[in-house]
Amino acid sequence: MDFALFVQYALSGITVGSVYAIVAIGFNIIYCTTGIINFAQGEFLIVGAMTAISLAQVAPLPVAILGAVLITTALGAVVELVFIRQVRNASVLRLIIITIGLSIVMREVMLHIWDEQVRSLPYFTGTEVSTVTILGAHISPQVLWVLGVSAVIVAALTLFFRCTTTGRAMRACADDRMAACLCGVNDRWMVTLSFMLSAGIGALAGCVVSPITQTQYDMGAPLAIKGFTVAILGGMGNSMAAVAAGLFLGLLEAFVVSVLPSSYKEVAAIVVLLLILVFRPSGLFARRDVSALRAA
Amino acid sequence: MQTRLAAILGGLILACVVPLSGCKKSPEAPAPEAAPIKVGAIFSVTGPASFLGAPEAKTVQMFAEKLNQSGGVLGRKIELLVRDSGGSPEKAISLAKQLIDEEKVLAILGPSTSGESLQIKSICQEGQTILLSCAAAEEIVVPLASYVFKTPQKDSQAAQWIFNTMKDLGITKIGVITSNTGFGKGGKTHLEQMAPANGVEILVNEVYEKEATDLTGVLTKVKGAGVQAVVNWSIEPAQGIVAKNMKQIQLDVPLFQSHGYGNIKYVQGSGEAANGTIFPCGRLLVADSLPANHPQKALLTEYKRDYESRYNEDASTFGGHAYDAILILTEAIKKAGSADPKAVRDAIENLKGVVGTAGVFNFSAQDHNGLGLDAFEMLTVKDQKFAIYQK
Repeated sequence: MDFALFVQYALSGITVGSVYAIVAIGFNIIYCTTGIINFAQGEFLIVGAMTAISLAQVAPLPVAILGAVLITTALGAVVELVFIRQVRNASVLRLIIITIGLSIVMREVMLHIWDEQVRSLPYFTGTEVSTVTILGAHISPQVLWVLGVSAVIVAALTLFFRCTTTGRAMRACADDRMAACLCGVNDRWMVTLSFMLSAGIGALAGCVVSPITQTQYDMGAPLAIKGFTVAILGGMGNSMAAVAAGLFLGLLEAFVVSVLPSSYKEVAAIVVLLLILVFRPSGLFARRDVSALRAA
Repeated sequence: MQTRLAAILGGLILACVVPLSGCKKSPEAPAPEAAPIKVGAIFSVTGPASFLGAPEAKTVQMFAEKLNQSGGVLGRKIELLVRDSGGSPEKAISLAKQLIDEEKVLAILGPSTSGESLQIKSICQEGQTILLSCAAAEEIVVPLASYVFKTPQKDSQAAQWIFNTMKDLGITKIGVITSNTGFGKGGKTHLEQMAPANGVEILVNEVYEKEATDLTGVLTKVKGAGVQAVVNWSIEPAQGIVAKNMKQIQLDVPLFQSHGYGNIKYVQGSGEAANGTIFPCGRLLVADSLPANHPQKALLTEYKRDYESRYNEDASTFGGHAYDAILILTEAIKKAGSADPKAVRDAIENLKGVVGTAGVFNFSAQDHNGLGLDAFEMLTVKDQKFAIYQK
């Protein structure tokens, strides 16, 4: 394999990995505050992208995306207030099952609003045929957008969770709800806020990946499954690790394709996931003591 | 932690297994004097093959409505029972059984995909219910099942047109990528079998997931092999992604697609990257540029106009396959003079010179497709529109 081809495989891995990573970030926020996995995360992505596509017909692209993010954020709040908050004796398992139900309902509603056709947002920079050349290999500028937006989201989230009172309160709820309540944290609103944040970030992710993956009402689940795999791989609750794990999985798949028939790439991804679950159940990048605390 | 993980994995499996899809019921036909003729239809109106199924379902509904308004066939109305399979062969099987055993339909139109059609082939044969498949794979009618017919052109004919064009262009080394569906598998087999006889060598031969959202990895492998052309054989939105990804990694060789490319939405899906794509297809997409004396011209322009004015979207060859299916069925009922399954089946085998959207159908006891090599035309994409290919 010559060097240019090697770089090309790497860039192809980054293309796929960047999509995985940005999807995975959304999973982490709700997990961070509530300990539940939101299986409707993929649907938030598609709702965001579809709304942006509809708005883009009447408004400039940045406005359309902003509008879509705000609308999806509001949807996140509605979902939490109407479904999650009403559950009595809410165990984590019960809430997870509710999010699965929600994902199915949202998919069907989207089918009726936007029908079954595949759509996509225009490329943010250039067109379908534009490329950026790196070391003799080529990559779509949209991938750089995905990576850039992921980086901004991760940085903003890190700052938010570490340096603001609200962010700290959200983390406190995740660690020990009772203790957080005793300190005066309104835990219910923290959960609502986490759903809003996660829906908003999902919508943004959906918009940024739409030119690459295209958008169809039922694409949420496959995207979410990969994103979820990556979130586990990196260690749940850690956004930076999720990005690293996303790129790792993308690169792994790309180089598997280079030596094996491409139908084996999913096998490689699942084998890695199994190995991680067996040998490092708290994720590739997680510190053991932290996750032990969380699991307790 | 472990129980939570178990719950999560359980949930994951549930989420994969329970994708509900909207079951669209056909509108109830008003009760006419004579009992209506029940005709079933199984199309993948939703799911990854919705590009095929949605226009097909719309087309048969439009056809049946028009027919019923003008008095139906043999004075009886057609009662259409359209079912959505979501592209799933398992669902197609249960829908076919239900249509045959409970509704006792005369015939089933569809399914949209080859995988589904092959699954219900034997069910329809055993149930003595006519199946007019709208899918391309040759295995649907080879080996022959007496009650099973299909309306789209054959895969092998499409492959032959592709190889002929390659010969013109002096292409001898190619990369083949196909999706992991019945259609993709059929195309792969034909390309592999026919390549040596046509003096073409397949250097890379890869299969990808039908839900694939990015194919740069596979295409990098193709690029590394130094091919002169790429053939993609699939029906999914991946057809648009291939064109984009090739341009993005600057794999500057001609892209050939299968006859599954006949929907302008695939072109729109890849924007200017679609320009220059070459593929064999029926003439519906270029109906307006056909000469006035072409036998299909009148029918094609009428169908196109009706469909586009009614549904406000571009007509595709897939809708055309469904048009042909219901057209052939009604012609055969007229010819047989009854709605008895056996008589109608015999009548289809004797239909000659029926002008449809895919071509002129000449059925026989041996040929349950009825189309010749001339039913195809090589098309290309120019300025994001379909045009007749000229070297």
